[in-house]
Amino acid sequence: MRTEIRICGFGGQGIILAGIILGKSASLFDDKEAVQTQSYGPEARGGASKCEVVISDSTVDYPKVQSPDILVAMSNEALMKYIVDLKDGGTLIVDPGTTDVEDVKEFIEEHNIEVYEAPATKTATDEIGLKIVANIVMVGAITKITKVISKEAAIKAIEVSVPKGTEEKNIAAFEAGYALAD
Amino acid sequence: MSEEFFIQGNEACAKGAIAAGCRFFAGYPITPSTEIAETLARELPKVGGSFVQMEDEIASAGAIIGGSWGGAKSMTATSGPGISLMQENIGYAFMSETPIVIVDVQRGSPSTAQPTMAAQGDMMQARWGSHGDYEPIALSPSSVQEFFDFTVKAFNLAEEYRVPVFVMADEVIGHMREKIVVDENIEIVPRKRPEKSDDFLPFENIENGTTPMPAFGDGFNIHVTGLTHDERGYPDTNNPETHDKLIQRICDKVLNNKDKICSLKAENCEGADIIIVSYGAPVRSVVEAMKRSDKKVGFIKIDTPWPFPDEKIAELTKDAKDILVVEMNLGQMYYEVDRACKRNSNVHLMGVIGGLLPTPDEILEQVDRLGGN
Repeated sequence: MRTEIRICGFGGQGIILAGIILGKSASLFDDKEAVQTQSYGPEARGGASKCEVVISDSTVDYPKVQSPDILVAMSNEALMKYIVDLKDGGTLIVDPGTTDVEDVKEFIEEHNIEVYEAPATKTATDEIGLKIVANIVMVGAITKITKVISKEAAIKAIEVSVPKGTEEKNIAAFEAGYALAD
Repeated sequence: MSEEFFIQGNEACAKGAIAAGCRFFAGYPITPSTEIAETLARELPKVGGSFVQMEDEIASAGAIIGGSWGGAKSMTATSGPGISLMQENIGYAFMSETPIVIVDVQRGSPSTAQPTMAAQGDMMQARWGSHGDYEPIALSPSSVQEFFDFTVKAFNLAEEYRVPVFVMADEVIGHMREKIVVDENIEIVPRKRPEKSDDFLPFENIENGTTPMPAFGDGFNIHVTGLTHDERGYPDTNNPETHDKLIQRICDKVLNNKDKICSLKAENCEGADIIIVSYGAPVRSVVEAMKRSDKKVGFIKIDTPWPFPDEKIAELTKDAKDILVVEMNLGQMYYEVDRACKRNSNVHLMGVIGGLLPTPDEILEQVDRLGGN
C-alpha cells in the first residue's frame, strides 16, 4: 500500500527533518520503501515550508505526493494552502497552537476528513522546555495516530538524525508526542 | 557486508565519487548541485583528498584537468549555466585524453531559468557542447542508488578509456532522499600508470585505443596540448594524416567499445504495439504509469544516453507501431530514438518543461491517445 504524507509549516520549525525521520524510519528500520522530497526556493525561508514522504510496502516509483493521505500542518498559512489536496477520508493532524481548524471546517466536513489536534509547540515548550523540538513531538503524534511507521523504528531514526548530544531530549519529545495521541 | 543510508541523490553522488577513488574536486556551487560540493568539501579532506572552490566554472574544469594530470581522480559538479562555461575546457580534456568526471544536475533552462526545478535540457550539450569531433560517455541516473552507482561507473569508464565522462542527473534525483545500499566491495578501475622506458609514447594506440597515463612529476617529461599532436604529444598541426589518425582514435576508442559501454533496461517490449523510451527522473513516472495501465506497453530505460545505444533500441523496437519518448525538454534524445528506429515505427515526443516531473496519469493519457494493444 502507498501512503502519501505531506508535512507543512513555517521555515525553521524543522518540518524537513520531521519528514526525513519518517522516511528513514520506514526505509532503514521498518523494512518498507520510502522517498522524501521537499520544496526548494524562496518559500522555504520564513514562509511556508513543505516536506513530502511516500511510504510503501513495495518500490516507490513515482516519488512525488499527488493527493496526500495524511496532512500535517504546523502553521495556519500552510494549512489553508494545502488542505485542498487532502484525499477524501484522509487524516489531518494540526498543532492547535499554530493553526485554527475552524478555518477549514467546511472542507473537513465535505471530504470526511479525520482531524487530530496535537499541541506540539505547547508540549515542546511546557514538557521539554525547548520549543525547537516541536517537530519531534509531532513525529511522535504522527507515529501514534497513523501507525505508518513503528515506534521502535522512529526512535532509532531519531537517534541517528538529530545532533549528537541532543538524543535524550529528542526521544523525550517523541515520547511526549506519542502520549499526546493516547 | 553492506551499509544502508537514507540520503539525497547529491549526497549519494559525493559518496560514490569517494568510493570510486576521487581525491580532487574543483567546482563553483550552483543549485541544484550544491550538496555535491558541500559534501565533498567536508568529506574529501578526511580521505586525504582536496577540495577547491574556484572562481567560476571555466576555472573549475581547468582545475580538474590539472588535478587528473597530477595523478588524482578528479571531478566537478554543476548545472546548466556551469556546463556551458565548461565546454571549452571539456574539449581540451577530450583532445588531451584526460579522464575527468563532470556531474550535471540539470535544472530549468536556458540561461539561469529555474534553479530549483528539474529539466533534462543539457543532453545535447553533453554530446555536442564543445567544438569538433569527439565521442562522449554520459550516464543518466533515475534513483538515488543509481546516482551512487553511476558516479562510480563514470570514474571507471573515464579511467578505462581516458575520456571525460558525464553524469547527467536532474533536480528530482539530486534532491530526493531514498535508501541506498553500499557494498563493501565496489569494483574500481585504478589508473593505469606506464612503466618508465626510453621509447614511451604517451598518446599511442595500445589498450582500448589508448595508453597508460603518466602523472606530472613522474619524470616522463611529456607534452600535453590541445593542438593536433603526434604520439609523443608534440604539435603537428598542418599534417592532415596526423589529425585524422588522432581524432579517429579518440572517437574509435569509445565507438569500438560501444557494446561494452552502452547500457539500457528493457521490459515487455516483445509483442508490444507501444514502447515508451525514457531516462533519468521521468523513468519513475513511466514505471508508475505502466503499473496502472491495463495495456501491454513496452518500456526502454536508457542508462547511457551517450554513446547512444542505437542498435539495441532499433532491435527492441522493430515490431512496435508507436514509440513514445518521455523527456524533460522539448525534444533532444527524441531525435536519437527517431534516428535509431529508421522509420520502422512512428516516434512521438512527450516533452515536458516547467520543472515538474510528468505525472503517471499524463503519460497514460498519451499512451491512450496512441491506441495499441
